[in-house]
Amino acid sequence: MTPEEETELARRRKQRNYVLGAILVGLSLLFYFITIARMS
Amino acid sequence: MAEASTTAAAPAALPLAGDAAGAACGDWRDYLALTKPRVMGLVVFTGLMGLLAAPGHVHPVIAFTAILCIAVAGGGAGAFNQWYEADLDARMKRTRGRPLPAGRLERGQAFAFASFLSLGSVTIMALAVNLPAAVLLAASILFYVCIYTVWLKRRTPQNIVIGGAAGAFPPMIGWAAVTGDVTLLPVLMFAIVFLWTPPHFWALALFVKTDYSAAGVPMLPCTHGLAETRRQVLLYTFPLVIAAVAPWLLGMTGALYGAAAVTLNAMFFLLALRVFANRAEDPAGMKPEKQLFAFSILYLFVLFAALAADRIVLS
Repeated sequence: MTPEEETELARRRKQRNYVLGAILVGLSLLFYFITIARMS
Repeated sequence: MAEASTTAAAPAALPLAGDAAGAACGDWRDYLALTKPRVMGLVVFTGLMGLLAAPGHVHPVIAFTAILCIAVAGGGAGAFNQWYEADLDARMKRTRGRPLPAGRLERGQAFAFASFLSLGSVTIMALAVNLPAAVLLAASILFYVCIYTVWLKRRTPQNIVIGGAAGAFPPMIGWAAVTGDVTLLPVLMFAIVFLWTPPHFWALALFVKTDYSAAGVPMLPCTHGLAETRRQVLLYTFPLVIAAVAPWLLGMTGALYGAAAVTLNAMFFLLALRVFANRAEDPAGMKPEKQLFAFSILYLFVLFAALAADRIVLS
């Protein structure tokens, strides 16, 4: 793999991890609000 | 940590997007593409209309969760579909750029992603909303994947009719998310989407016939010819019109929906009649088919929006 390809791969992986992180934060918030809604 | 160990263990097994020769390292957009976001729009809309048309009240967070689960399950079913049909997608111009045939993702990645979305959405629906909605959601995924994609799509020209049933579940699921049961009106909403699907897709298949032929999918225009397909489009329009007007005739909706249903169905019927009367063999001469396809999308959106608006006004 060329250095350019490695850089591109790292960029893509980093971007994917950010998206995954955002989804996990979103799910945590959703579960929190579901809990509040079910208790009310 | 898992990401780091993967990199250390098999750096050569992670070529870039577009490299069809080896394993793939997909962009997040490739995963999004697996979910067929455009199809998801219709699924979310009809699910939301089912939810709004249902009697009773549901907490906005629970309503949001129900719609989110319907959307994610639709994405999961779409990903299963692309996982199973990668070979077929590679043969069609319209689909050969998808992540699997283009080599940007591996089939195993797609299968894992599809499983995660499907199981996750059904579980959350069961825990956060209610069990009947979760059962219907699971049934819709299983129907789309097993009955339509795996069993019937490549075997019968009636594939679209059967596949339409999978796409018709969301309004019932939305309704069940509010009430916990299914009554006649959500069944009629199911019937509307079910009966709308054949004329909608056959109108499309008439003017993109060559693409389906290349992939070997037994679409009605390929197996039975253009005249028979046009006849079937018109035949399916009759029960569609009856199902669409029934909620008003049976007193389940008011004049708002009645006026919308009568107008939209009269237009749909006239366009289907023009398709039936058309004799063009070349896609260039298939203006009625293109008009029916475009109008059918508008038809479903306006009809369901009118139904939900009418029910909200009535309640």
